[in-house]
Amino acid sequence: MIPGSFEYFAPTALDEALSLLQEHGDDAKVLAGGHSLIPTMKLRLAEPAVIIDIGQIGSLRGISESDDKLVIGALTTHHELESADLVQQRVPLLAQTASEIGDVQVRNKGTLGGSLAHADPAADWPAAILALDADLQIAGPDGQRTVKATNFFQGLYETDLGEDEILTAIHVSIPDADTKGTYLKMHQVASGFALTGVAVVLTKAGDTCQSVAVGITGVSDAPYRASGVESELTGAALTAGNIAAAAEKAVDGITALEDIHASQAYRQNLAKVYTRRAIEAAAS
Amino acid sequence: MATIAAPTRMMGAPIKRREDPRLIQGLSHYVDDIKLVGTLHCAFLRSDYAHAVINSIDTSAAKELPGVVTVITADDLGEVGGIPCGAEIPDLKVPDHPPLAVGRVRFVGEPVAAVVATEAYIARDALDLIEVDYEELPAITDLDKAVEADSPLIYDDFGDNIGFTMPLEAGDVDAALAEADHVVSQRFVNQRLIPNAMETRGVLAEYLPGEGTLTVWSSTQVPHILKTQLSLIVNVPEQKVRVIAPEVGGGFGSKLNVYPEEVVVSHLAIQLCKPVKWTEKRTENFTTTIHGRDQVNYVDVAVNNDGTITGIRARILADLGASYQLLTTLIPTLTNLMIVGCYKIPNVQIEMVGVLTNKMATDAYRGAGRPEATYIIERMVDLAASTVGMDPKDIRFKNFPQPAEFPLEIPTGIIYDSGNYQESFNKALDIVDYDALRNQQAQLRQEGRYLGIGISTYAEICGMGPSIAMPAGGWESSTVRVEPTGKITVLTGVSPHGQGQETTFAQMVADEFGVDIDDVIVVHGDTGRQPYGIGTFGSRATAVGGTAMVIAAGEVKEKMAKFAAHILEANPDDLVFADGNILVEGSPDQSVAFAEVALEAHVAKNLPPDTTPGLEATHFFEPSNFTYPFGAHIAVVEVDANTGEIEIQRYVCVDDVGNIINPLLVAGQVHGGIAQGLGQALYEGAVYDESGQLLTGSFMDYAVPKATQVPHFETDHTVTPSPVNPMGVKGVGEAGTIGSTPCMVNAVVDALSPFGVKDIEMPLTPNRVWQAIQDAKG
Repeated sequence: MIPGSFEYFAPTALDEALSLLQEHGDDAKVLAGGHSLIPTMKLRLAEPAVIIDIGQIGSLRGISESDDKLVIGALTTHHELESADLVQQRVPLLAQTASEIGDVQVRNKGTLGGSLAHADPAADWPAAILALDADLQIAGPDGQRTVKATNFFQGLYETDLGEDEILTAIHVSIPDADTKGTYLKMHQVASGFALTGVAVVLTKAGDTCQSVAVGITGVSDAPYRASGVESELTGAALTAGNIAAAAEKAVDGITALEDIHASQAYRQNLAKVYTRRAIEAAAS
Repeated sequence: MATIAAPTRMMGAPIKRREDPRLIQGLSHYVDDIKLVGTLHCAFLRSDYAHAVINSIDTSAAKELPGVVTVITADDLGEVGGIPCGAEIPDLKVPDHPPLAVGRVRFVGEPVAAVVATEAYIARDALDLIEVDYEELPAITDLDKAVEADSPLIYDDFGDNIGFTMPLEAGDVDAALAEADHVVSQRFVNQRLIPNAMETRGVLAEYLPGEGTLTVWSSTQVPHILKTQLSLIVNVPEQKVRVIAPEVGGGFGSKLNVYPEEVVVSHLAIQLCKPVKWTEKRTENFTTTIHGRDQVNYVDVAVNNDGTITGIRARILADLGASYQLLTTLIPTLTNLMIVGCYKIPNVQIEMVGVLTNKMATDAYRGAGRPEATYIIERMVDLAASTVGMDPKDIRFKNFPQPAEFPLEIPTGIIYDSGNYQESFNKALDIVDYDALRNQQAQLRQEGRYLGIGISTYAEICGMGPSIAMPAGGWESSTVRVEPTGKITVLTGVSPHGQGQETTFAQMVADEFGVDIDDVIVVHGDTGRQPYGIGTFGSRATAVGGTAMVIAAGEVKEKMAKFAAHILEANPDDLVFADGNILVEGSPDQSVAFAEVALEAHVAKNLPPDTTPGLEATHFFEPSNFTYPFGAHIAVVEVDANTGEIEIQRYVCVDDVGNIINPLLVAGQVHGGIAQGLGQALYEGAVYDESGQLLTGSFMDYAVPKATQVPHFETDHTVTPSPVNPMGVKGVGEAGTIGSTPCMVNAVVDALSPFGVKDIEMPLTPNRVWQAIQDAKG
C-alpha cells in the first residue's frame, strides 16, 4: 500500500490554492480529508503528480448562520456536522446524515466538501444535500459562483466542478417548524457506504403533504431527486396508502446499479421500501 | 510424588491474559518492528492474470532505477526448491510449485519477480518498470465446470483438473436410501473465505556468511516446520537455520504454511549477504495468502418417519486452487471424517474430489474442513426434520448417541473420545427457553413477522493429533527449567499467536510448583531456544503441548523434591509445594524456600547421592487420539421480509471443551470463533469473476464482521473431560467457528419457512434473503 511519489503543497489561502491548481492543471489533485483520495493513491489507482492539501485554509472551515441559512465550510468534517449544536437545532437532517457515515475515524477526518466533490455514487451526503435543495459555492479563477445541488451531480464521480475550481461552502436553507427531515440508509456491510440512502424533507399542512423533497443515493450512478415520488405526494393526504403509492415511484426513470453487493431488482426494491419508510418517519 | 497436580489455585481461574498489556500499549514486536542495520526491502511483482503464458520478462528498466539492488525471476533461483505439499493422498497429482512463476501463471497474485531495493518505496516503484509479456489463457474458476471433460486444463499433462479423488464408504448407503421413508437431497455451496489475520504476513531474513547461519523472522504458526523446510529448499544445513516467530498478529490457519515469499526472501538474503525484509500489503494478503473453505456439496440423506437418519451420501467438490500449499489437499479430507457430526448414522458414502482452479490455493482456515462437514450435516438434519414434520430439536435427540456409548467409533473410522450431547443441548434449550420461543414465533407469524430459531449441535475433531494420522508428526515438546534464582522458564514447541498460552501454561506450571504465576515465563516461537516442536493449529496447543509441559514439569518437580528432602531430612513422598516453599505435609515448620532448593540444585555442593545437578526436563508427548469437543448453539433472529435484513436477537451457546484452565480465555475463543462463523453465514465470501479476478480484494468489498455486527453472546459450558490427556482438556480454538455457521443459516431458513424457503446460499446477504423470498413466492 505504497503510493507513487508526488509533489506536495499546503497553501494557507484560497487564492494560493486556486493558482496552484491553475499552474498544475491535470497533474494536480485537491486533498481535503483524504478518505477517498488517499486509499486510491495507496492502491495506485490514482497517481497524481501534485497534491494540493487545502486543509490549512481556515476560511473553508466552520458552520455559521446567516439570513435563514446555514453556511457550512467545505472542510467541515462529518463529525463536526454530527455534533454541532447549531446543526442539530437548525437542520437536524444534516446531523443525522453525518452520523450514518463510515465509522468514527472516517467521520473525524472526512469532510462534507470532499465527499460532494468526489461524488461517489454511494456517498451519503448527496441524498441530504439534494433533499435540502442546497446551494454549493464554488471558487475558480474567475471568482465565485453558486450552483444548485440538483445541477451539481452529473454522473459517476462527475460533478459540475471544473478542474480549476474548488468547492468552498454549502448553503442550506433552515426549514420552518412544519418541515421535518429524515435520512434512512442500508449500509453496504463491508464498506459502510449506502446500498441505498434516502433523505426526505417534508412540509405538512395539517394531515396533508404541502411539499416533499426526496434525495436518493446508492441506487444509480448519480444521486437524484425522486421527482415522481414528490409530485405524487405533494398536495395529497399523508395516509399509509398514499405514501406507499408514491414510494413506488422511487426509481421511475432511473437505471439502478448492479454489482456484487446488490442486484438491480434488489436496489429498486430497497429504494422503494426505504423511501416509504423515510416519508413515514418524516410525516410522523 | 504425583506427576500431575490436582486443580488448585490457578487452574480454572479467570485471570487476565498476561500478553495483553504489551499488545494494548503497542509495546510488542512483530516482524515489521524488527530493525536490522542495513536491511534491504523486497517487493513482489505479481500476475495480473488468472491464467497466462509468460512469453518474456524484461527487468532491465527496473534494475536501472536508483536504489534498486537486484531484480530476480525464476531463472535466478538456481537450486532453490519448490513449495512443499505436506499431505499424502493416494494417486495425488502434485504440480510443481516454484516460488516464482516458471513459464506460466495460474492465479491472480502469483509471484512472478522480486525486487530488492534500499527502501520499500523504491522497491514498489521498480515493480512498475518490469515488463511481462503475457498471453492470456482461458481461466477456470467454476468448480462444476472445472471437472467437466471438455474443460480447459490448468496443468496440460494432468489430463483433467482433478488433483485427487478420495472415496469413503461404510455400511450400505444405497440400501439405506432405498429403504428409507424419505430421501432428502440438497446442494450446498460452502463459499471461499479469506482469513484476514490482523497482522499480514512478513519475513525478515539475515545470512551471516562467516558463520554460515540463516536467521528468518516470519509471521508463522509453525517455526520448526518452516525451519526444516527452508533448510531443504534454500539449501542451508538445518543446524544453521533458525526461525523466529516473534509476536504474531493472528493466523487462523493462514500462517500454518511455507510460502514462496519466505523462500525467496531467504534466498535473497543468502545471495546478497544482507538482511532482506518483506512486509505483505493488505491487498497481497487478500490475493496471495491462503483462502479457506470453498466446497460444493451434493448431499442425500435417508430419514424415516420417526426421525431416524439411516444414511448420508455426499459428493464433495473441493476447490484446491491453482497450486498446493502445505495442507491444501489435507483440509477437505477432514470434511469426510466429520460428515456424521454428532449423530449415529450407520451408512456413509462420500466421493471427495479435489479440484484445481485458477485461484489462490485453499488451506487451513479456522475449523479447516470441519465447518464444512458440520454445515452439511446440520443443514441436512434441519431439512430432514422439516421433511418428516419433526421439531429440529427432537430429531437431534433422536439421533444422538448415548453418553455410555463413548468412546464411540463412528463409520468414518475415528473414535470420539467422550461426549454427552444431551446435556449440553438441554442446557442450551433451557437458557433460551425454547418452548416459549416457539410459541412467540407462532404469535409473531400471525402479525406477519418472521422470527427464526436456529439450532446447531456439533462435534468436532481437534487436539491434533496422533502422529499416525498427521502428515508429519502430531506430538509436541516442552522443556521446563527452574533457574538458580527459583524462577521458572517454560519452553514450548507450540507457537501461540493470540491464543494466550503465555497465560494458561503459566497457570498450570504455577500450580504444579506452588509458586506465583509471575515467577513463570512461557517462551515460544524460536527454533534457537525451544526443543523441536510442531506448532499451533488444529486446537492442539493445550491438549498436546500443554500435556508435554505438565509432564516435563512433573519430572523437574520430582527431582526437586529429592533435593528438598535431602535438605529437610524428610521423605520426598511427604513433601508438598506451596506458596513458594517446599514443606513436609502436616509439619509446616519443616520447610525450605523453593528458591533455596533451586540454588542448591545449581551450586551443587550438597546434593543427595545418585542425583545430577540442574533442574530441567524435556518431554515429547505423543497423544493417543484426537479430542472431540461438542456443544449446542441456538440463534434467534428476526427477518425483515421487505428488505431481507436479519436482526440477531439472541445467540446462546453451550460448549463442552473438556476441563477449562481459564474461563476468560475460553470465552474469548468462543466469542471470536462465533464472530467468524457468523461472518461466513452472513457477510463473508471471496468472489472471483469469470476471468479469475478477485472482486472482493479489499475491506471495501469483503465484509468481516465488525463489533457492531455481532450479537451479545450468551455462553455456557458443560464439562466432559477427555480421557486422551491427563488434564482432561479438549481444545476450544475452533469450536465457535464450527458450530455457529449452520446455526445462523438454520435460524434464517426457519424464519422464512412460512414462505416455503428451504435453503439460501451463504453468505445470507439481505439481497439473497430477499431474493429467496421472491423466488419462493413465485
